[in-house]
Amino acid sequence: MLRLILLTATALTVTAAAASAETIRWARAGDSITLDPHGQNEGPTHALAHQMYDGLLQRDMSGAIIPSLATEWAALADNPNVWRFKLREGVTFHDGAAFDSEDVVFSLNRAKQEGSEMQELLASVVDIRAVDAYTVDMETAGANPLMINNLTNMFIMDKGWSEANDVVMPQNVTAGETNYATMNTNGTGAFMLVSRSVDEKTVLKANPNYWGADLYPNEVTEIIYTPIQSSATRVAALLSGEVDIIQDVPVQDLGRVASTDGLKVVTAAQNRVIFFGVDNAEGPTSDLRVRQAMNMAINREAIQKIVMRDQSDPTGVIMPPFVNGWTEALNEYPANDLDAAKAMMADAGYAEGFDITLNCPNDRYINDEAICQAAVGMMGQIGINVTLDAKPKAQHFPYIKEGNSDFWMLGWGVPTFDSHYIFNYLLHTNGGSRGSWNPTGFSNADVDAMIVSLESETDLAVRDATIAKIWEIVQAEQVHLPIHNQVLNWGMGEGINFDVQPEDQPHFQFLTFN
Amino acid sequence: MHRFFDSDFFYAFRRSPIAIVSLIVVVFMVLSALLANFIAPTNPFDAASLNLMNGFTAPMEPNAFTGETFLLGTDDQGRDLFSAILFGLRVSLFVGLMAVGLAMVLGVLLGLIAGYVGGWLDTLIMRLADIQMTFPSILIAMLIFGVARGLLPAELREEMAITVLILSIGLSEWVNFARTVRGSTMVEKEKEYVAAARLIGLNRWQIMLRHILPNVLGPVLVIATITLALAIIAEATLSFLGVGAPRTEPSLGTLIRIGQDFLFSGEWWILLFPALTLLALALSVNLFGDWLRDTLNPRLR
Repeated sequence: MLRLILLTATALTVTAAAASAETIRWARAGDSITLDPHGQNEGPTHALAHQMYDGLLQRDMSGAIIPSLATEWAALADNPNVWRFKLREGVTFHDGAAFDSEDVVFSLNRAKQEGSEMQELLASVVDIRAVDAYTVDMETAGANPLMINNLTNMFIMDKGWSEANDVVMPQNVTAGETNYATMNTNGTGAFMLVSRSVDEKTVLKANPNYWGADLYPNEVTEIIYTPIQSSATRVAALLSGEVDIIQDVPVQDLGRVASTDGLKVVTAAQNRVIFFGVDNAEGPTSDLRVRQAMNMAINREAIQKIVMRDQSDPTGVIMPPFVNGWTEALNEYPANDLDAAKAMMADAGYAEGFDITLNCPNDRYINDEAICQAAVGMMGQIGINVTLDAKPKAQHFPYIKEGNSDFWMLGWGVPTFDSHYIFNYLLHTNGGSRGSWNPTGFSNADVDAMIVSLESETDLAVRDATIAKIWEIVQAEQVHLPIHNQVLNWGMGEGINFDVQPEDQPHFQFLTFN
Repeated sequence: MHRFFDSDFFYAFRRSPIAIVSLIVVVFMVLSALLANFIAPTNPFDAASLNLMNGFTAPMEPNAFTGETFLLGTDDQGRDLFSAILFGLRVSLFVGLMAVGLAMVLGVLLGLIAGYVGGWLDTLIMRLADIQMTFPSILIAMLIFGVARGLLPAELREEMAITVLILSIGLSEWVNFARTVRGSTMVEKEKEYVAAARLIGLNRWQIMLRHILPNVLGPVLVIATITLALAIIAEATLSFLGVGAPRTEPSLGTLIRIGQDFLFSGEWWILLFPALTLLALALSVNLFGDWLRDTLNPRLR
């Protein structure tokens, strides 16, 4: 009997090895929220979309911007408000339809519609027009030298397919809508959708007509993507060889994975900051002194040492160090001083504390629920009685975006590497095409005007000065309670060569096998 | 009291080491759960009293940062595991007992009605029981738990978590009570004392509750004990799956769930001690229930 088991085991290993030469089994804590490429501006959602859809340009695995569906781009010499994109010729969508400028005009306009989460990135775009079949002009209100940075996650859909399937309007995820594009795709990307079962398994196969066939290694022929929420199960899947790559090795298991034969951990500082949002407009947290007391009550070093096992960098600003506008001074955070915090609470009239619910995701950020749990205790130490409500991100995000929460956790990556992206989504007054992730109620007309002015400021020194001014105002107001910047740890088999991308976005066409 | 010590029952108990040991363990656990407030060095449910820097302290080893030592170590939040187990034990026992109580009241009443009244009511109740028996009770508990949570407003969910847990386990375990009671009731109702009671004009409820019920309770006690073990395990399973007791007020199952995340990284104590406690509790209740069944069942004697 034992021999039989051994034989079977050997046979299984052999088949597994043969299959894994081309198939990549990929896991992370949470699933993509929607396949609609403009429905959610969220890391894991973009990560899956990137396999099937392309933008005009993309970031490679080192984070540098390289061509994608556009081969060249430049602002017009006679009119700096207009960016001209030369499109790649001979590209087809997965269903065989040809790609041309009509699709680009359609997709960028779609991303500007109500319900799209990509609106902020195109807020300053006033017109998008096709010059000819392979040239597109994008006109902005005022010259914006950094415009192209906004396009790395701006995916292009097929106009004909979208019209035929009634998905001309983007899916409004927060409103609970779904559409045909939620579960179906037709992109130009390196992989095509084979099957998808939400929160269980998504299978992709290589696109035989991929335009990048000669440009990238393209060694992966099949991707099997399985979200595994439990960290222990996820690590067990990697250790047992059930999956080939996990994007979020739990911090407690880094040593175990790294020391296992045949596995390695690849680490990089991540362009993502984790923080708490609070209601700035109503309730006890509308008092600046309460927000400052809460900020002081957070013991960031303890979170770093115990919860994150040193895999984080505590911070006092909701901006990762990669981002233009970051300074050492902004990054500083107040000491964990409970007496001072209690005094401020008493000052604000809350000597007895108050009750509040902390909304927290449990499948999004590294140890998100454990950080929230630690915060419950820390807030308790200054008299704030916190009830923890942890739920999957697919429910958490719509809940907080609708303004239901008074106290919540959020993480923010900055794909443009510029402060403007943070301002436009998190600090501009909520409404219209801006401030969609600002349910804090913070609203400052001067700040709003300065944010918009950044989009047409060509003098970079003036622009940087405006950025510094905005940070000064929002830091003084303590709009958010920053916690730390995450460190990225990808765990994978030794046979895989794959760089960790600072935005946590794997592009599997770049992966090679030993 | 003399009558009890002279009884066959007590004689059988004295002769059974398993019964003695399991009862001692159960009594010990119940007492520690009841007296948790006095025994436990800290209150693990008071998040404000926790020091995160105490997190992941190994049993009987001083913490590297704070120098504090804990008998059974601490969990990821710096919670003293010994205290957490005592309080968790209380949650587990409370949920188990209340759930069994609910299942027993419901099952006995339905069984009495089905057995005594008969007819279409009997068919309805027993077919319902049959249908419920085709699903594993843990699935039913999860279903009830999910629906109840969906109906509750968000701010009440945490407060009501334990009540919902009791309801869902209780409603998933009533079938065995109903089936047993119905069987014995059908036997009892043909007996002469019932006919006599009917003759002097007592109504159905009086006959069912005053006359038949005391005569069918023997097997119910046995089932209750065995169901208690099942209910404790069901609570732990639900909490382990993350749908039961909240992390901030952990039961034994929640502690095991937390510990599971740290199995690969070597913090074994977070999982081991709550798991051992749960094992000892469920095993002793089960063994005692088994012994009770063997002793009280004349056909097995």
